[in-house]
Amino acid sequence: MEVNKRVRVVVFLKPGVLDAQGQAVQTGLRALGFEAEEVRVGKAFELSVPADGWRQRVRELCERFLTNPLIEQYEVHEREEVPGR
Amino acid sequence: MSARFGVVVFPGSNCDRDCLHVLHEVLGCPAEFVWHESEDLSGFDVVVLPGGFSYGDYLRPGAVAATSPVVRAVKHFAAAGGLVLGICNGFQVLTEAGLLPGALLRNRGATFRCEWVSLRVERSDTPFTALYEPGEVVRMPIAHGDGRYHAPEEVAEELERCRQVVFRYVDNRGRTTAEGNPNGSVHHIAGVVNRAGNVLGLMPHPERCAEEVLGGTDGRRLFESVHRWAAHAAGRVP
Repeated sequence: MEVNKRVRVVVFLKPGVLDAQGQAVQTGLRALGFEAEEVRVGKAFELSVPADGWRQRVRELCERFLTNPLIEQYEVHEREEVPGR
Repeated sequence: MSARFGVVVFPGSNCDRDCLHVLHEVLGCPAEFVWHESEDLSGFDVVVLPGGFSYGDYLRPGAVAATSPVVRAVKHFAAAGGLVLGICNGFQVLTEAGLLPGALLRNRGATFRCEWVSLRVERSDTPFTALYEPGEVVRMPIAHGDGRYHAPEEVAEELERCRQVVFRYVDNRGRTTAEGNPNGSVHHIAGVVNRAGNVLGLMPHPERCAEEVLGGTDGRRLFESVHRWAAHAAGRVP
């Protein structure tokens, strides 16, 4: 049976790129009385890819589609192996 | 004879009919819809990528549309010198597809801006702006949440050097001020062309200001410019 690798990809705007959503969230937090600085909003993906050569495959799909490398950076978090199809 | 326009329709496009209306009813030239699954642009002189929310703006505005069959065809069409006009979401699609530099991010302030803005036409030597005066200030509506043009400073400088900035947000006196910049775009950029000059993207909506009844006609000249240019190039002078 084929084995898949489960990964979580976390994406943020690069440091220095204005995160308007993060600023809005920070404003909301402050309105509620929470002290919060440097709020950034990112997004996360979870996906399973064939375990064989998964690092390279995930790097490619992140750079070609899941992120826009001009404005975003990402981290890949390795999770468990799962049965493939 | 006149230039033949194709107006691309993605799931979630919502300015496609407005564009077709301007081309048919205002300019009186042949235009038809092109479904996003089509790869055949052979009958067209100009391809328009209209505004809207293609694929629900999922992932990033324009990102999913950039993977569609029609955008593959648009890349070939543009490489062969065909004229491509991306309006609003169409501009986002062109940047995501790598046909134009830069990216369009959430507006400064994270608010959707729907209003008339002043724009300075920086060049009149493009197929899209030949009927404007260089430096002319025009009025067009914007309607977007993700229109903040972003490019690293060295890329923005390169755009300026190569005169790729075609439309710039200005205040009502024609000055590039913070108040005149509705979304926080770098260098107040509202529209850019590629290096070759045959692909234009802009966030404002020229199709929404092509008739007096809509409150302004400054957008009409953009369509007329590209129409004349394409017709001349194709030997079908209008």
